[in-house]
Amino acid sequence: MILGRSFEDMCAQMYYRGKMFGFVHLYNGQEAVSTGFIKLLTKSDSVVSTYRDHVHALSKGVSARAVMSELFGKVTGCCRGQGGSMHMFSKEHNMLGGFAFIGEGIPVATGAAFTSKYKREVLKQDCDDVTVAFFGDGTCNNGQFYECLNIAALYKLPIIFVVENNLWAIGMSHLRSTSDPEIWKKGPAFGMPGVHVDGMDVLKVREVAKEAVTRARRGEGPTLVECETYRFRGHSLADPDELRDAAEKAKYAARDTITALKKYLIENKLANEGELKKIDDLVEEAVEFADASPQPGRSQLLENVFADPKGFGIGPDGRYRCEDPKFTEGTAQV
Amino acid sequence: HKYLFIFTEEINFTAILTSPSISPLRHSPWGKKMAARIHGGAGAGAATALSTFNPKKLVAPSRTNLPAARSSKRCIVAAAGSDASKSLRVGHSQKLIANAAVATKAETSATTGTGHELLLFEALQEGLEEEMDRDPHVCVMGEDVGHYGGSYKVTKGLADKFGDLRVLDTPICENAFTGMGIGAAMTGLRPVIEGMNMGFLLLAFNQISNNCGMLHYTSGGQFTIPVVIRGPGGVGRQLGAEHSQRLESYFQSIPGIQMVACSTPYNAKGLMKAAIRSENPVILFEHVLLYNLKEKIPDEEYICNLEEAEMVRPGEHITILTYSRMRYHVMQAAKTLVNKGYDPEVIDIRSLKPFDLYTIGNSVKKTHRVLIVEECMRTGGIGASLTAAINENFHDYLDAPVMCLSSQDVPTPYAGTLEEWTVVQPAQIVTAVEQLCQ
Repeated sequence: MILGRSFEDMCAQMYYRGKMFGFVHLYNGQEAVSTGFIKLLTKSDSVVSTYRDHVHALSKGVSARAVMSELFGKVTGCCRGQGGSMHMFSKEHNMLGGFAFIGEGIPVATGAAFTSKYKREVLKQDCDDVTVAFFGDGTCNNGQFYECLNIAALYKLPIIFVVENNLWAIGMSHLRSTSDPEIWKKGPAFGMPGVHVDGMDVLKVREVAKEAVTRARRGEGPTLVECETYRFRGHSLADPDELRDAAEKAKYAARDTITALKKYLIENKLANEGELKKIDDLVEEAVEFADASPQPGRSQLLENVFADPKGFGIGPDGRYRCEDPKFTEGTAQV
Repeated sequence: HKYLFIFTEEINFTAILTSPSISPLRHSPWGKKMAARIHGGAGAGAATALSTFNPKKLVAPSRTNLPAARSSKRCIVAAAGSDASKSLRVGHSQKLIANAAVATKAETSATTGTGHELLLFEALQEGLEEEMDRDPHVCVMGEDVGHYGGSYKVTKGLADKFGDLRVLDTPICENAFTGMGIGAAMTGLRPVIEGMNMGFLLLAFNQISNNCGMLHYTSGGQFTIPVVIRGPGGVGRQLGAEHSQRLESYFQSIPGIQMVACSTPYNAKGLMKAAIRSENPVILFEHVLLYNLKEKIPDEEYICNLEEAEMVRPGEHITILTYSRMRYHVMQAAKTLVNKGYDPEVIDIRSLKPFDLYTIGNSVKKTHRVLIVEECMRTGGIGASLTAAINENFHDYLDAPVMCLSSQDVPTPYAGTLEEWTVVQPAQIVTAVEQLCQ
């Protein structure tokens, strides 16, 4: 959680220094949800997130260097600089993205869960991988969400739908956009348990997550978990965040999960300040690494468009375009 | 090289190229320089009189014969240069059919006796079933694909054989199940996603554009999406505007996908298999009116190249580029044209994205006149892109402007007469050729 917080704070600094551009959405305040769920998963379990995905990637095991380089748009980024802030992918750690449109990742998560079931029942492999899909309150008014709740419950897929309800979709309050604001209630409507949990308390989240993950692993199907949480910063670094009430912000700041857990750890002698400070060094080191990394070259432009580059077709000279040296240099006309 | 000509009672013939070397040819520089990339089956002359089309009655005439044993390992080699087209023509025989020159050492026998006859939807099913037998990761998902057998019977019997999870009956949620297929593909499966009608995939556009097409790139090459998205589209028989859409024009800009259109049982099976084996996401466009075409296809396993066009009828005077159902309108028009003394070269482009500019270019360089006949709308269709590509690449070889016959920019009306006037009819094709050849 501390890694996540330091990382996000560093992102803000780097953005204002012109090291990264575009839309950057920071996770400050919501760390309990990410840590609470993802730290229960194994490497082969999958995570699907939204554009607010830096910390989900970090929790899943993607190195801070890889994420920072990706944000800087460097070759050493987890997606070779081609994805950016909103598309953190890692095949190694089964981080299935990072999606820019809300709700877009939920069907993908459903597919990953489907594969898990398929492996078990058709391929007869020993597979109990689960998928955790993270998304926000705004997404819960989107059709894709409901379609996937139905599918997941129908096929009893090993998936956990985690709603990070931070009450705001950019400037739209959850209460102004939703007919029934209690999202957890929508689970039972589709035949799955719906749970509400205090998303500012990592241990409470973990309790609920444990249940949901075990359920999924046992083949009992999906769970919908609504985590009441809050983002301390604006929707993105471009958001002036003037609409939200200062009192509301203060209320949640007082419930900051990091302060609470830190206090608990130090009081119970489970960690000391020095150890926790060291985590910040990881972030510093990540920035240095990203700074030193090279920018992508021209030849990378056309490289990953197709898994099989024959897909670019046959040129007038009879050769496959991908065999043309200009193509691999990135200077050919596509 | 030897040419073996086989004459059937209806003066059709197939040339079989016998050649000393076989398998390396495909990838050899020589193999690649083949002037005519001749591919595909002999189904060109199959359908007749499509303007009064009754799909139930449509059967390819018996004149449609196929060359002997085509093997996917020994792929296809065409005869060198334009000699092939000359040698394949006898006078101005109007019964010329497509030919696939096959390099075989062993087989020299006639076409009859080998192969089996089936309908196009059965060919698709055969291809799909073979691939599902071959690789347990191949699965099907879509509406009514399982117990119902598919609304066009392409998946008939597969659920009984492979089970309800491998042939998944989905609820009606195109966006979700297309996305689910994509997520499954990212994690190791090879789904074949069926849109009951291609038009329904408009609801899945988000997933097709953002995730199917782009995800391989935005993940820096980490995740591959080996899906096949298939379904029937095109103008049918009074199906109304929404069921008569041509989605190839909407999808063509999406980077990262390939699009192919099948038109004969032979290329339907071949393209289905190739699409499933491809690591790229492929959209396979079928046509509502072509499912009952009958043709004899080889017993041996074969695949068709996804990026190549099919030479349907070699000619000298004009190049006619077409695909899917319009191929049959063109061949209908070709009969009339040949009677009038013209010699059109007909190419089924098959690969809608990317275009096979080699086959197309060689044809343009030979005939210097191009007519594109498509079913897409005038605005922004495949024809529009193809016109641009030809003008860009082969401008110097053209003696006349590229003409493109497309459907009217009109929602397809229900009334039969109006519907007939929205799509291109053979008479219009004849007129256009006469105009271009003046």
